[in-house]
Amino acid sequence: MPDSSDTPSILSLLADGIKRQILNIQDYAELAFRSLANLATPPRYWVDTLEQMDLIGVGSLPIVILTGFFIGGVMVLQTSAQFEKFGETALTGDAVSLALVRELGPAITALLVAGRNASGIASELGSMVVTEQVDAMRALGTDPMRKLVTPRVVATVLMLPLLTVVSDFVGLCGGFSVAYFTLRLGAAQFWHRAVDALALGDVVQGLAKPFIFGLIIATVGCYEGLRVKGGTQGVGRATTTAVVVSSVFILVVDTFITKLLLYIFRS
Amino acid sequence: MTSDLPPPISSRSLADVARADGTYAAPRHPMIEKMVPGTPFISFQNISIGFEDREVLQSISFDVQQGETKVLLGESGTGKTLLMKMATGLIRPDSGTVTVLGHDVTAMSEHDLLNFRREIGFVFQEGALFDSMTVAENVSFRLREENADEEEIESRVRESLRFVEMEQAIDRFPAELSGGMRRRVSIARALADRPPIVFYDSPTAGLDPVTSQTIITLILRGRDLQDVTSLLATHRVQDAFGLANYRFDRATGRVAPLVPNGNAAKSNGYPSLTERELLAESGLEKNPRHPTTILVLRNGKIYFQGPADEVLHSSDSYLKEFLASAE
Repeated sequence: MPDSSDTPSILSLLADGIKRQILNIQDYAELAFRSLANLATPPRYWVDTLEQMDLIGVGSLPIVILTGFFIGGVMVLQTSAQFEKFGETALTGDAVSLALVRELGPAITALLVAGRNASGIASELGSMVVTEQVDAMRALGTDPMRKLVTPRVVATVLMLPLLTVVSDFVGLCGGFSVAYFTLRLGAAQFWHRAVDALALGDVVQGLAKPFIFGLIIATVGCYEGLRVKGGTQGVGRATTTAVVVSSVFILVVDTFITKLLLYIFRS
Repeated sequence: MTSDLPPPISSRSLADVARADGTYAAPRHPMIEKMVPGTPFISFQNISIGFEDREVLQSISFDVQQGETKVLLGESGTGKTLLMKMATGLIRPDSGTVTVLGHDVTAMSEHDLLNFRREIGFVFQEGALFDSMTVAENVSFRLREENADEEEIESRVRESLRFVEMEQAIDRFPAELSGGMRRRVSIARALADRPPIVFYDSPTAGLDPVTSQTIITLILRGRDLQDVTSLLATHRVQDAFGLANYRFDRATGRVAPLVPNGNAAKSNGYPSLTERELLAESGLEKNPRHPTTILVLRNGKIYFQGPADEVLHSSDSYLKEFLASAE
């Protein structure tokens, strides 16, 4: 019969769990900081960064365009029903424009890119870890943080704002198409109101968020990928965790950034 | 430490140095020239490491001299790979020091270690080739990191691949190669910059006997033609005796037994236990310039350390059992 003194208490288990989580946060913060700090000193891997920009940016373009268009369309369908009650269907352009540029464009693009690229980064790096390619890189005198992490972080941070702009524009096009065919709104009326509705603060808000979201997607993907343990099963776990954590992280951070930016631009 | 490192490999001559006796030595290495003669190339002092309350290695101490090939023998899980990774600073021990080419790798920062590792070669158990790169890109990885010019890279890559007889696979991806071919490319990558030390982590694991023999022949070539000092981890006794009893003859380009007029290298494998005993009993020095010594690990400690012949003559029941299991 096991000695009861050997059985860990609930409190000690809880303390161990908290310590592990704090360590994870510390490791993640270090990775995120180093991924950007590496840019200050050579070597810098610009070719790898361009390759990643192509993979992450150009590669994500089709799904961003496709989803952006339909989100814009569905926005019009949802809002026009309400506006029709008050005979203010002309305001549809305002609503779609504000919702897309301020919030839906950045958030949905980030979630799509997280689903596609956080998982891709985590599985790629995770596979490299389990097949000792990361150790081989270190053994050959190359810093995996510089060669693997920094290019992915820089590429995602630079490409996500561009993808968001594309998503916003395509979303407005989708909104206009639906408004034209269902509400019989003219192009001038829709676009004029859509553009006029936007203030500088809205555009800044819509463009600032993707930089932060890009950082989250790439660093979470890299972090989960580089800490893979347990072979291919571990790679699968890391891939799932990367998508879940980055998506939740994006939505949580979005709330705080929105509050901060609204405070800045209102005051 | 960083300033103590030699200039980039791409700017150094990697040509063999002819000896007076007609043999060749490895190219002069700036770090070796700074070392006090007689200093071991690799030195483990009281190394201990454990994981989750289990001590895997306990107070391990041994040296590897210039030109020596030290074979770490032991069953799976005895810490052979850990020792190799600690020697390159990929893993840090809980206690003790590892000195390589006169530098304490356990005290170096990761930044300094990255620079230092460019001076040594490492062959991983499964090859660990970068699967998104071609064979040529894998072999030239280090040179590209140093921004060597394309002409230099091309000639070095071809030379390295020729050395492992894989030049025909230069544009192929690792996924298109067999396990044995991947190991050969991995050896080419490790030897491409003519490092004075190479670590081989179970280079024949999972390979069939014929391919294993090919890999051991390549290691012999590295040792005897490129003057490489090495630490080799394996659980195969045949690998250890292959290295101890054979040499690569530059003149004939073939593997030959070390004892003159002894049993010639068999075309279908290395000698049996009886044949190896005969070779050992002949009393002739095996390989003064490139001796092979064996270190057997068991339960986290050094169980045996000495020349290959002593393992054969040992009356220890565990060693006898270990040898018999390899027959």
